[in-house]
Amino acid sequence: SPPPSPPLHSFHLLLHQELDTKHDKHERLVKLSRDITIESKRTIFLLHRVTSVPDVEEVLTEADLKLDGVRLNIRMIAEELRGEDLHQFHRAFTPGIQEYVEAVSFHHFIRHRTLISLEEINTKLVFVKEPEGQQPMGTPQVLTFQVTPTDYLLGVADLTGELMRMCISSVGNGDMDTPFQVSMFLRQIHDGFSYIGNTGPYEVSKKLHTLRQSLSKVEDACYTLKVRGSEIPKHMLADVFSSRTAMMDQDEGMA
Amino acid sequence: MHAFCFCKFIPLSSQLTAHVIFQDIRKVVQVLEQTAREILTLLQSVHQPSGFKEIPSKCQKARELFCTVRTHLGELKTKFPVDQYYRFHEHWRFVLQRLAFLAAFVVYLESESLVTREEVAQILGIEVVREKGFHLDVEDYLAGVLIMASELSRLAVNSVTAGDYSRPLRISNFINELDSGFRLLNLKNDPLRKRYDGLKYDVKKIEEVVYDLSIRGLSKELEAGGDK
Repeated sequence: SPPPSPPLHSFHLLLHQELDTKHDKHERLVKLSRDITIESKRTIFLLHRVTSVPDVEEVLTEADLKLDGVRLNIRMIAEELRGEDLHQFHRAFTPGIQEYVEAVSFHHFIRHRTLISLEEINTKLVFVKEPEGQQPMGTPQVLTFQVTPTDYLLGVADLTGELMRMCISSVGNGDMDTPFQVSMFLRQIHDGFSYIGNTGPYEVSKKLHTLRQSLSKVEDACYTLKVRGSEIPKHMLADVFSSRTAMMDQDEGMA
Repeated sequence: MHAFCFCKFIPLSSQLTAHVIFQDIRKVVQVLEQTAREILTLLQSVHQPSGFKEIPSKCQKARELFCTVRTHLGELKTKFPVDQYYRFHEHWRFVLQRLAFLAAFVVYLESESLVTREEVAQILGIEVVREKGFHLDVEDYLAGVLIMASELSRLAVNSVTAGDYSRPLRISNFINELDSGFRLLNLKNDPLRKRYDGLKYDVKKIEEVVYDLSIRGLSKELEAGGDK
């Protein structure tokens, strides 16, 4: 039989390889993104403990270590994307990166009570490869991963959900300061997103609704604290925010 | 304390820039789509009985229209930063696939062979390799080829109607080879895969045409004499 015609040949050799290479890279990035998501979520879970333990710094240090681990994975993403058009693979790694932004901004808020900037996030994602031993004059190779503004905004939008949880749980622990700090901070984030409104990417506008709900819960909590906080013994504050006991008579001082 | 200025991430100037880029791209894409429609109208006429004789002249005219396509694609290249092809790819993916199909169709009508990706890129005046500039993505090339397969299954049917009993057999061989080629590829569960799934219906349709011809002895006429 005659040899396969040239196009069939190119299907076999080139196209097949090119497709496989692209799909394989996509898969590797998806796996890295998943690992980043898992470890970032664990970090967030860990960080929530600051409302109930005496040593906040210990929790933050442990979280720092976890985030260092996440950054190693981000470094591997940067390696995969070396020389590539990152928009071709953005869908693969954006979930992990958003989760990382959420974790790192949560960490930053707990420590500094401010919002971490995109620049600060990206500064930590500059990876330096030490030159190989035998090259004394070798320049260190620098590899960067830069979080895009959209991914940053989406991560911060998700952060607001965690802040809401933190606010509610801090009330339950008799902390009278954190709820108001979180409320003020959350309101600023919300107002910032409101200002963007629909002019930003579609995914960002979608988050605005959830953001409003989180803010609303937090503002209601602060209202309750303000109006009734002094009337309620601290150890009962947690119950006030539980719907089950919302109707309980204040006069009954039950432990 | 003031609200966070997220507007620096969507600064009005950059929003405006992105908006302008989208507008610019869309304008050129619309012109490309118009030209693609003209080429398609020209080539669709081969399905008419009278159209068969005029295939060479139609291909010639189509090639001339591709000159216009090259100009417009050259213009499209300039509308966005060169390293952000995939950021805006969705805007021209559809028309590029149509153009790949039309290029493949012209080449088939001229030489009854399968156009290579390099040839399509040449006809369109674009690159094959991403690093060299505005390029033809492998999946867009494959999508264009699959669209052509559907066109050929239709052509097989209309060839018979027009009295050409040999063309369907040649189309059948061609499509079967194409199908073999695609089976060598590992496709993921994406739009390309779905489009490829449609190829089997084209294969079947052409097989039926060939069957109809052979049981009536119409294809035997070929083996006796030359083709039409």
